[in-house]
Order: sequence, then structure tokens, then C-alpha cells
Amino acid sequence: MYGKGLRPLSIATVAMLALSLSLVFFYAPLDGDQGFIQKIFYLHVPLAIVALVGFVVGGVFAIAHLRTNNRKWDAYSYVAIHMSVIFGVAVLVTGSIWAKASWGHWWVWDEPTLVSFLIVFLMYATYYPFRYAIEDPERQARYASVFAITAGAFVPLNFMAVRMAQSLVHPRTFGTANGGLPGEMMLVFLCCLATMALLWVTLVKFELTAKSASGQVKRLRRALDAPTPGAASRIAPEVS
Amino acid sequence: MTSSRAAFAAILAKDLRSELRTLQSLPAMALFSVTTFVIFRFGLDRTQLSGSLAAGVLWATLLFAAVLGINRLFVAEREEGGFDAIRLAPIDRSVLFSAKAAALVIYLLALELIAVPIFALFFLHDLGGLLPLALILLLADLGLAATGTLISSMAVNSRARDLLVPLVLLPLVVPLMIAATGATEPLLALGGPGYHRFGTWLMVLGLYDLIFGLVGYAVFDFLLED
Amino acid sequence: MLSLLAATPALPLDEAGKYVAAAFIVFMVLLVVYVAIMAAKLQRIERELRELAGFAEQRKQEEQREEVSA
Repeated sequence: MYGKGLRPLSIATVAMLALSLSLVFFYAPLDGDQGFIQKIFYLHVPLAIVALVGFVVGGVFAIAHLRTNNRKWDAYSYVAIHMSVIFGVAVLVTGSIWAKASWGHWWVWDEPTLVSFLIVFLMYATYYPFRYAIEDPERQARYASVFAITAGAFVPLNFMAVRMAQSLVHPRTFGTANGGLPGEMMLVFLCCLATMALLWVTLVKFELTAKSASGQVKRLRRALDAPTPGAASRIAPEVS
Repeated sequence: MTSSRAAFAAILAKDLRSELRTLQSLPAMALFSVTTFVIFRFGLDRTQLSGSLAAGVLWATLLFAAVLGINRLFVAEREEGGFDAIRLAPIDRSVLFSAKAAALVIYLLALELIAVPIFALFFLHDLGGLLPLALILLLADLGLAATGTLISSMAVNSRARDLLVPLVLLPLVVPLMIAATGATEPLLALGGPGYHRFGTWLMVLGLYDLIFGLVGYAVFDFLLED
Repeated sequence: MLSLLAATPALPLDEAGKYVAAAFIVFMVLLVVYVAIMAAKLQRIERELRELAGFAEQRKQEEQREEVSA
């Protein structure tokens, strides 16, 4: 039963969201250098951290799939990666807005975290055409798990490489590092981080529940010998 | 019971012999590289390259030429039942991964033996950086082979085979390219070879090779399951 | 950390507000779009369940008719 904890989870998420937004706009002190723009930081960075952790979690689920051969882990892996890709879109767009506000350009190659995130995002975006290209569903699940594991190993390596590629002559950063955050800002940041993590978990559960419901409908259909409507989705793994 | 080492040697030898006899991938890769250099000469309107431009042209060309070879790596296995043979043989299946990756490294080295001198002929006026470049080429080839073999083995069983390799492989080798070009750029600098952060980039390359070699070796078994 | 941003002038509040608002709006829009897509999926599930329920009832009626006639 996938929908079991969904109600308390979503209530908790909404509560945290309200709390975090209030903290960001009513409690957090105004940043000396960036001014009001800095508020985007509370949105952008937690989204990024949760997305990246989500990718790694997708890899962990993939390992579980390969070890147990239970297809439900493949579905978990798929949904985890799916959600992180969506969060990734939000990261890139909010990052771009922040860049425009801070630097006047919609995109800056100087910011290693943003560039590295773009590469990770591009890589996980290939997850869908990759799955689509493999017809046999069992093989597709297996290969997708291999992809998720390889990609999960890739994420930290990529961040390291991109960060190193930054020229030491022009150290321009957004100062996205958490080091040196004053206490109140840190509190608000952690609150936002927890909120985004909760949101991710809630939405993943939500999607798995919807998938499960579809799976039950298909199962019912088969039990009743009813005719099936069009072709099933080729890439989304089923949950039953 | 065949030992893994014997199996490794056998698969590698078969692959190299087959390539020498049919000459499918190597000439294409080499020719592609040379033609691409010519295109860059006109595209950039330069007859001399140095520093970051030289590194970029060289590595981008080598990468795309490598993709040609990677695309064809498992085709023979697919068409002639090599995968089934490995499944039935009483050996560790990951041997196929290491043997194929080793073959790919050899192809890449052969490619570079042809392409890099021609690149130097076309664009470089100072050959001092070429010897340390060989070390970078070797390390990068190892990483490219590990990732390329992994992706190729999956792509060969899919529909859009030739599209899948470039699509999935390219983002995966970005850290490799960053390290390779980062190390190459000062080597091909205008005033003579420099070694700015050479050791660090070598370390990144080595780390990449290690991680993806291990990952590839570990997961390859699951790819061969029926 | 923040002292590294020596070159960034702080935007005046009305200008800055637009960017911050834009970022939060993007977030909200993505969230709502996701909910809308899930709503569409839910609709489809409801429709299929309705169809299957009708199918099952129909079959039940046919079986009862067969039993009566047999």
C-alpha cells in the first residue's frame, strides 16, 4: 500500500513550507552585500541539495534492484530520478534568475556548482531516451539500474572536476557555501532544506501511489479479461 | 575450468585479430580525425593553435572519433552470438568487460599514434609538450575505454544503437575531458610546455579511471543476465 | 564568504523584489503543473475504473441470465 503515509506526510510538508516561507521573509536578516536578492538562496540551494541526494538515492534503489531482482526497486529508482530531474529544472531556472539578478547575465560559466549541476542534469535527462531505446522490459529495468548506479558514481566526480576547472585567477563565486553563514540564516536554511527534502519524499510517494493505482487497474483489467485500450507506456516501469 | 586470465587473453586476441583482418573501426576513426582537423582549420580560420584552443580541438576530435569506435565495439558479439558464448562459459563474465575495454584502449592508442602527429603537423609549432601529452592520452584512454565499453554493451541491445552511445556517453566523460584539456592546455602553450596543476589533473584522471573501471567491472555481470 | 562578492552591487528593493518573486513563482508554477499532470492521471484511472466496473456488472448480468436459462 503506497498511499498509506501520504496524508500525514503532505500535512507535514505544507506546514514546513509555510514555516519556511515565513522564516525566509519575516525572520531571516537581510544580507549585507546582495540585499534582498539573497533570499533566492533559500530556495535554490535546498532544491539543489535535495535533487543531488535524490539522484544518489535513485542509484541506491538501483543497487537494491540488481541485488534482489525485485522490480519494485526499479520503479522506486525511476521515480526518484524522475523527481530529481524535475527538481533539477527548478534548480537551473532559479539559479539562472539569481545569476541575472546578481551578475546581470542569465547564465554564468564561472559558477562551478551551477555548471556542474547542469552537466549532471543533462546526464540524467538522457535516462529517458535510454530507457525508451530498450524494448524488453526486464532488460530495460536492468540496464536502467546500471545507468543509475554509474550516474550516481559520476555525480561527486563531476563536481570535483568542474570545481577544479575554475581558474584560480578569477575566484568569483556566489558564496553558495554554507560556511560563514550567521546563525539566523543557518537556521532558516536548514528549515528550508528540511522542507525541500520532505517535499521530495512526499511527491515521490505521491507518484508511486499513482503508479500503483494504475497497476491495480491493469491487474483488474487482466482479471476480468477486459480489452486493453492503447499500448502501455514503454518506459515507465509498472508498480503492482 | 578456464582461468579468467586465459579467457581474457583469448577474447582480446580474437578482437584484435578480427580488427586487423577486417579493419572496420581503425581506418574510419583515423580518417575522421584528420578530416575533422581540416574542418577546424577552416572553421576557426587558423593555421596555428596553442593553449586552450589546441587542447580543445585535439580532445574534441579524439572524443568524437572514439565514439565511432565505441559504437562498433560489441556489434560482432551481438551478431555472432558472442554474448551467449560468454553466458555459457564457466568463467567470470566480467572478463568480457575487461577484455573489450583493453581492446578499446589499444584501438584508441593506435588512433592517437596516427592522429596526434598529424595534429602536431597541422597546428603545432612547438613539439615539446608531446611527450607528457602521451601520459595524459594513456590515462584518458583508460577512462574512456571503461565508460565506453559499459555504455556500448548496453546500447548494442537497444533500438537506436548509434544514437544512444553519443547521447549517454558524452555527459559521462565530461569530467574526463575537463581533466584532459586542463592538463593539455599548458602543455601546448605558446611559450613552451607548462605544467600548471599537471599532477592534480593526472590525479583526477586516475580517479576517474579507477571509479569507472570498478563500476563497470562490478555491474557488467548484470548486463549479461538473460 | 559574502565578502568575496565585492563586485556585486545590491539591487534596490523594488528591482530585487521582482527577481525574488520570479524565483518563487517558478517554484510554485512547477509544483502546480506537477499536480495538474497527476490530476490528469487520476482522471484516467477513474475513467478506467468506471469502465471496468461497468464491464464487470455486465458480465455478472450475463452469467445470471445464463444460469436462469440453463
